[in-house]
Amino acid sequence: MSPLVEFVEVAFGYPHAGPARERGFQLAGVSFAIEAGEVFGVIGPNSAGKTTLLRLLTRVLTPGRGEVRLDGRPLGRLAHTELARQIAVVPQEAPRPFPFSVEQLVLMGRYPHGPGRFFESGEDRALAAAAMEATGVLHLAALPLERLSGGERQRAMLARALAQQPRLLVLDEPTSHLDLRYQAETAALLRRLNVEGGMTVLLVSHDLDLAAAVCDRLLLLGDGRVARVGTPADVLRRDVLETVFGCAVVVDVNPASGRPVVRVVWPDPDLTAGRPDRGQPARGGEAHRSRV
Amino acid sequence: MTAGRRLALAVGGLGSILLAVAAVSLFVGSAGLSPEAVARALVGRAGAESVEAIVTLHLRLPRVLAAMLAGGALAVAGVAFQGLTRNPLAEPSILGVSSGAAFGVVLAQVFGLGLSALEALGVATFAFAGALLAAAAVYAIAMVPGGLSIQTLLLGGVIVGIFFTSAITVLISIVDFNRLGGVVHWLLGNLAPIPAGSLALFAALALLGFWLVLRHARELNLLALGEEAAVQLGVNAERLKRRVFLAAALLTGTVVAFTGPIGFVGLVVPHALRGLLGQDNRLLVPTALVAGGIFLLAADTLARNVVAPAELSVGVITSFCGAPFFVYLLRTRYRTSL
Repeated sequence: MSPLVEFVEVAFGYPHAGPARERGFQLAGVSFAIEAGEVFGVIGPNSAGKTTLLRLLTRVLTPGRGEVRLDGRPLGRLAHTELARQIAVVPQEAPRPFPFSVEQLVLMGRYPHGPGRFFESGEDRALAAAAMEATGVLHLAALPLERLSGGERQRAMLARALAQQPRLLVLDEPTSHLDLRYQAETAALLRRLNVEGGMTVLLVSHDLDLAAAVCDRLLLLGDGRVARVGTPADVLRRDVLETVFGCAVVVDVNPASGRPVVRVVWPDPDLTAGRPDRGQPARGGEAHRSRV
Repeated sequence: MTAGRRLALAVGGLGSILLAVAAVSLFVGSAGLSPEAVARALVGRAGAESVEAIVTLHLRLPRVLAAMLAGGALAVAGVAFQGLTRNPLAEPSILGVSSGAAFGVVLAQVFGLGLSALEALGVATFAFAGALLAAAAVYAIAMVPGGLSIQTLLLGGVIVGIFFTSAITVLISIVDFNRLGGVVHWLLGNLAPIPAGSLALFAALALLGFWLVLRHARELNLLALGEEAAVQLGVNAERLKRRVFLAAALLTGTVVAFTGPIGFVGLVVPHALRGLLGQDNRLLVPTALVAGGIFLLAADTLARNVVAPAELSVGVITSFCGAPFFVYLLRTRYRTSL
């Protein structure tokens, strides 16, 4: 039986992007597989290729070399709607300007299930309502998306993805606009979808603690290559992270879950003097934004 | 209320208004016919050679039909360009697409094509090609990495419009003016009566364009999410954009071929509808067809009667409405996005 998603020696380079072109390929020789039913995390520093990987998976981009497969079939052989029935994406940011209501947004998730329909069916509307209920935005259904807070918008986007009834749910920085309570609720919802609904989840995130807490396996990307794939305990190791992120870290164990917790060692003037190789982060400010 | 019922209500309501405006338009005019005379002609009880029959059936009726078609087509083209560019100010005349089509028409006239049905098809083809060329040019100018820029799109439209207007002037200057009979009047947008065969062709082309846009109305909504998200929802975005682009150019080219470059209909009408019905393209496209007809028919009725027995070009009326409206939108609603 083939895995749900398979990247085979995938390489990709943006033809006209400035810095990416200088580095040649944005992704090079990336191979990994996501098994049906697991929660899989993709982590790595900024510009390591996480977003590119996500775009290749959803066929927004086509690999320069290699192949992306779904159920053993190359993505290029699937119709757009077929792919959208299998994979749903919760993007990092809600679109702006976006002149539609929350309900209209969520109903858009029903498109791949009936692209020939001019208006959505009653069943479509019922499924959209259920999705809004699940993410706690049903009471906001009639409001324009732009009127919502960042966290509400993100949960509305999640509801749209659920309305797609995908087998693989992809989340790009799912908790970046959420406060602690909703972060926890989102993590719980993902678990529930995974355990009860049997949905495979792909999490793309900077947030190493979130990834460690909810993922069965992690893929660490560094500079367009697979740095390491494995369980959180196997990937979130001090030596591995320090090499990929280029800064000093400490890895603890979360006493509640037994999973790894990563802390950055803030650059200290005395320390940097003694360790010139990695005391200063490679790109300024990176450590702050990546929340390691 | 479901979207389907809202659509039925809106189309029903606008349809009745359209019928009322059409009736008014048939009954008024510089010929000063009595309502009874017009009614006699309409039900076929007037002699074929009588003044009321000629004025009503051969002058006013074709003009009413042409106005409804042109207005509807332009409004639908506006909705299509707005959805395509994700820019609510996009519109055939503002994007310079009308000027491109007009250049095509003048070129066709230089080659001696007239208004018989077959020749009209040739003129419409030239207009379509001109519209495509202009739209492609604007698109190329405004395309920046990551999408279309709203300012560059509008500026690109202005530039392309100026270019094609100049090209028209060049053609008019070098060609014997008599061969381009009435071209100046036509360039202002003019709903002079069209022969029945050509009118049928006009209707066929306009409805083809309308049908193409309508078929993709739901996908145009998804495009508002951004191209990447639309693709992730199963929309073949490249194909969608190509088809709607062609349809909008067809609508614009057709109208310009038969009535001249009438401006701002695609801006004013969709905006009024957006205020009324929201932003769902599935509601906007069909209602734009009807409401565009209402707007242009009303404008033309005005154009025929305000300075009677002379008449204004209908394009003058729409521009007098549209230009201030554009400024209003620019200064209020879209101030922040510019």
